[in-house]
Amino acid sequence: MFATTTAGRPSGMTRRQRTRLIRGVQYAAFVAVGLLIVLKADWGRLSHDYFNATIAKALFPDILSTALKNTAIYTAMGFAFGLGLGLLLALMRLSEVAPYRWVANIYIEFFRGIPLLLWLFFLGYGVPTATGAQLPGQPYSPIVLGLGMPAAAYMAETIRAGIQAVPKGQAEAARSLGMSHGRAMISIVIPQAFRIIVPPLTNEVILLTKDSSLVAILGVTVGTKELTKFGRDSLNQLVNPTPLVVAGLCYLIITVPLSLLVRRLEAHNNRAR
Amino acid sequence: MARTSSQSEVVSTASDAAIEVRSLHKSFGALEVLKGIDFHVDRGEVVCVIGPSGSGKSTLLRCINLLETPTSGKIWVSGLDLTDPDVDIDAVRRRIGMVFQQFNLFPHLSVLENLTIAQRRVLHRDKAEADRVARANLERVGLADKVTAYPAQLSGGQQQRAAIARSLSMGPELMMFDEPTSALDPELVGDVLEVMRNVVAEGMTMMVVTHEMAFAREVADRVVFMDGGVVVEEGPPEAVLGAPQHPRTRDFLARVLNPGHRTSVPGADPIPQAAQRPRHVGGPVEPDAAGLS
Repeated sequence: MFATTTAGRPSGMTRRQRTRLIRGVQYAAFVAVGLLIVLKADWGRLSHDYFNATIAKALFPDILSTALKNTAIYTAMGFAFGLGLGLLLALMRLSEVAPYRWVANIYIEFFRGIPLLLWLFFLGYGVPTATGAQLPGQPYSPIVLGLGMPAAAYMAETIRAGIQAVPKGQAEAARSLGMSHGRAMISIVIPQAFRIIVPPLTNEVILLTKDSSLVAILGVTVGTKELTKFGRDSLNQLVNPTPLVVAGLCYLIITVPLSLLVRRLEAHNNRAR
Repeated sequence: MARTSSQSEVVSTASDAAIEVRSLHKSFGALEVLKGIDFHVDRGEVVCVIGPSGSGKSTLLRCINLLETPTSGKIWVSGLDLTDPDVDIDAVRRRIGMVFQQFNLFPHLSVLENLTIAQRRVLHRDKAEADRVARANLERVGLADKVTAYPAQLSGGQQQRAAIARSLSMGPELMMFDEPTSALDPELVGDVLEVMRNVVAEGMTMMVVTHEMAFAREVADRVVFMDGGVVVEEGPPEAVLGAPQHPRTRDFLARVLNPGHRTSVPGADPIPQAAQRPRHVGGPVEPDAAGLS
């Protein structure tokens, strides 16, 4: 029986030897592809087109002081609005009052189902065309509603799941101390739910950061450009794709720390359980 | 103390009854867990409820502060009718201290905040007063040094003592314990029982669902044995635990006291026979037609 593990194979290798060989082939292929890219690439051309220092310098400081700042502001506003409305929708979905649940369900299904770009077109062009008037609170209101209302739909589901993940005994203990349902939610259940959902909510911030690039279709002035629009306009102006690369790196300044934070929080939560 | 179930049309209850339950039925879907319970706890009395798991004893306790909604029957706490649709349940619960098997401390709050949050939000005590009451109660349960700790930093026994202190901080008229030591490691049970003994000594009215027979025997004024959703037998602890009259009680006690031995042998009961005989109440022995009010 023991002999079959080695002698039975045509290769005459043990299982461990075979695993090692397969892994070695993978490493070799990886290195070969890497070398091919490094050797075949036209580095002079690449650096001129995509990593052009002169062009990149021309982008500063506006790319940070205007574009990155606006991206951050739009994201923060959309998130704050989405979080507030999302919490309300989550509570409606968990309500004992059936019409509240219906309204929340319809809202969530609607905004999860339609493309963000379509919704932004609607706010930016559909509303003014139909009513003959812009939304009040320009230029921020269509941005906040455009990013925040769909985000609320996603966050509502996350928050609902978080509330339901708080053990039932917590609400029972709170109610047993004489707290009303609302007080128990505010003081006991929701704070614990938010601890549970910090990682998925942080992911939502990352998604919103990227979605904020779409608000450019609402029409922007020089002062309200965010990163993508700024990069695109600079591309046209300077006739070089380097601004797109720099704008991309600027997104990473926001998203990479957030995603590292999510990983740490998730690891922390796993340990705590 | 004596009562007959035919009095169920009487609305007012004896003034010394902390808890009065009549003809209580509770079903979960098709499963009937409580099949007509008559039960009471007098003011100042300590009642221990024992019985096999699934007998409905925890459901009975949870019905008494409406964590479960009764299917039918009447419940009064301090004379207030809990089955009245107009009852302010939050006000009733303020009078009842509830201690859970799983402690249910609030993990996001420090021990002190666990004890003060309901005092402040429900009783509207100011911070200084709530802190003073909380610290006094932590002292009482031997956790004065854990004021700033978080629940996760405490042992199970410490968590349960903190939970008891949390309930005491609300100044309850009545304390209910739902298997308070069942989730604890054996070596931690003693401290919790000691705290409960002290609460008994202070004259608190208590209803305790427990598997700790020795504790029940020691502190209870009355022991109630439940099985299959009915009260099978009740009486003084030395009677119910020492000289059980009903075969189901005997069988249960034999299993609890001699784990590993399935059958009860008459005379082999490790608890010495007591002279007092228990009363039979309810159960299959005494058909209870008046319960369907």
